[in-house]
Amino acid sequence: MDRPIRVVVAKPGLDGHDRGAKVVARALRDAGMEVIYTGLRQTPEQIVETVIQEDADCLAMSILSGAHNHLFPKVVSLLKERGVDDVLVVGGGVIPEDDIPGLIEAGIAGIFTPGTPTSVTIDFITQNIKRK
Amino acid sequence: MDIRAGLLNGDKRAAARLITMAENGDEEAVKIIREYYHLTGKARIIGITGPPGAGKSTVTDKLAKNLRLQGKKVGIIAVDPTSPFTGGAILGDRVRMTDLSTDPGVFIRSMGTRGALGGLSKAAHDAVRILDIYGMDYIFIETVGVGQSEVDIVKLADTVVMVMVPGLGDDIQAIKAGIMEIGDVFAVNKSDREGAEKTATEIEIMLDFNKSSDYRPSVVNIIARDNKNVDELIAAIDKHWEYLQKNNNFEERKKNSIRTEIISLINQYVITSIQRDSSKVSLIEDMVGNVYGKKIDPYSAAVEIFKDVSKINRNV
Repeated sequence: MDRPIRVVVAKPGLDGHDRGAKVVARALRDAGMEVIYTGLRQTPEQIVETVIQEDADCLAMSILSGAHNHLFPKVVSLLKERGVDDVLVVGGGVIPEDDIPGLIEAGIAGIFTPGTPTSVTIDFITQNIKRK
Repeated sequence: MDIRAGLLNGDKRAAARLITMAENGDEEAVKIIREYYHLTGKARIIGITGPPGAGKSTVTDKLAKNLRLQGKKVGIIAVDPTSPFTGGAILGDRVRMTDLSTDPGVFIRSMGTRGALGGLSKAAHDAVRILDIYGMDYIFIETVGVGQSEVDIVKLADTVVMVMVPGLGDDIQAIKAGIMEIGDVFAVNKSDREGAEKTATEIEIMLDFNKSSDYRPSVVNIIARDNKNVDELIAAIDKHWEYLQKNNNFEERKKNSIRTEIISLINQYVITSIQRDSSKVSLIEDMVGNVYGKKIDPYSAAVEIFKDVSKINRNV
């Protein structure tokens, strides 16, 4: 069935910088996706509820504050708790290379750091969403 | 996931998945809605419309919060435009409704207009129905802005709230025909700004000219951001609801909405039955060539195709 991929773009935690998230949101839109933008300073609970109500195929989170090791896995575990197992979770932002393996281990499928061309993110989402 | 059981037992995931299916034209969704159609009709449906930037999302957020204090369960369908070029969309209405996300008595769903023939209005109808079956007491439909497709959507609402702002000046003149026909309640938002009273007066003057109904819409000055006068807006919505309960006003309104829906479904079935049948698609292509070659005119071509379509309608 030909349908748009639905992506929730969220900013967990307290950092107030959403330029990157907006650039990615815009790029995903231009790739024909429906982007649900949540705005700044979302709690993991709010993000998980949004993913559920919007029945998203993908959750894309952006963090620039350094709280990624805490917040990304927290969201993944809350999703699991709610029985959501068919949503692709990706992350982006200022994330040190050393942290990436741990985040992948925790269930973040892909991490995109500054300088990643948006086409890489788009292709990754298109190829890895779990529902067809 | 058992969608039927989930839908009846308040599982948000089930309701969410069913809306996705309906939006994508999955026939299973129509089947489920048909099964539970008898459960619909319990929710009050409120349309929220108005020009871009008037504060529709914020008004919806505040109305929902006030209704939650009364213990009402609230569903919100927030529509944003789909790009006609890429088919993509940025759905950003949730930004104004952040605190409502985790409220178990609230369900918010963002929808793109997707631009298919009559598509949004069917998807919005389906979503309203799904949230009605799901057990919501109030369902808000927040539209994109003011335009023809929005008029179609709000037709399914019991009450339409038109959100206006001061300072649009002559714009009011430009869109007044549409507004006068669909607004049951007028909210002048951002009323701390200059010109709010003037805007309210202008609306009142326009309403003076509108003698087609015995119902006079209320005009309420509000500041949604500060939750100011939102209770008055709810009272105005209730006043319209009371009017609907009198005589056969409610029946008449619902019947109009049902009539519109049935006709748009017929349209859609015709289009779908053409799209799904390759011989019909090629017949259209033949006709395109014939019209281009001036062998036939487009009117006769459409009649020929329609005759062919009406022969076979088993696939609906």
